[in-house]
Amino acid sequence: MLREFFFLFVIVVAGTGGELCVSRAMKRVGEVHDFRPAALLRFVLRAMRVGWMWMGIGMMTLAFFSLLAMLSIENVSLVVPVTALSYTAGAVGALLFLHERISAQRWLGVLLVCIGVTMVWLSRR
Amino acid sequence: MTQRGNAFGTLHKGQGIDRMKDSAGLHLKTYLLILFMVLFAPLGNVLLSKGMKGIGSAKNWALADTFHIFIRIITSGYIWLGIACLLTFFVAYMLILTWADYSYVQPASAFSYAVVALLGYFLLGEEVTPLRWAGIAVICAGVFVVGRTHPRTTEKARC
Repeated sequence: MLREFFFLFVIVVAGTGGELCVSRAMKRVGEVHDFRPAALLRFVLRAMRVGWMWMGIGMMTLAFFSLLAMLSIENVSLVVPVTALSYTAGAVGALLFLHERISAQRWLGVLLVCIGVTMVWLSRR
Repeated sequence: MTQRGNAFGTLHKGQGIDRMKDSAGLHLKTYLLILFMVLFAPLGNVLLSKGMKGIGSAKNWALADTFHIFIRIITSGYIWLGIACLLTFFVAYMLILTWADYSYVQPASAFSYAVVALLGYFLLGEEVTPLRWAGIAVICAGVFVVGRTHPRTTEKARC
């Protein structure tokens, strides 16, 4: 049980931290208007020159291996929904780290997601 | 007076149409990429699960045991297929984050939780209890609430 909690903790914290770093890098790169392959490749290369991108990739890699470890223990229909705990961390992180304005409606949505996650966890045998 | 009024009227109308077009286009490409994310992320996770169930977990997490597991992971076809799907998801995710808020995209992609349970049930034969389905439905309700907010609350990034 402790092992599952540890992996879940790493998935949520490192995964959310990584996504926030990637999000920050993407905002710095700018909005994409050209979806042709060559333009997309240039976009990816431009993104790779941003430091936040590499920090994000590092944290997401850590989360990925924790996800693999968790998937070797539990069913995917439990593991993936339970990782939605990152929604709370994500909303708080977006507010503090990216200075996004999060409306009451969005908070309500995040709360519902958290209730759903709790129900999914309780279905665990 | 009338001309100035008309001029202002035309300007406001033009700006309004541009804004509407921009908003409609923004929503269309946002929904399209969310669809990509919702399909490829669950498929990737199901493939990873299939691969990891075949490999098994480390028994005591000793270095030699963990290394053996790592070698089996990087030589598994299911794992690489799963990674390919997740990379597709990741590219769609990166693109969408260039214009939409992280706090919008992350919850909006939660539909993938329903898709992953469906794929787990049909492809992997996992038992999904009514409580789990109910929990996933509540997650989707949360997604619906979040999806009715505007994708962007911050200023456009300057290139």
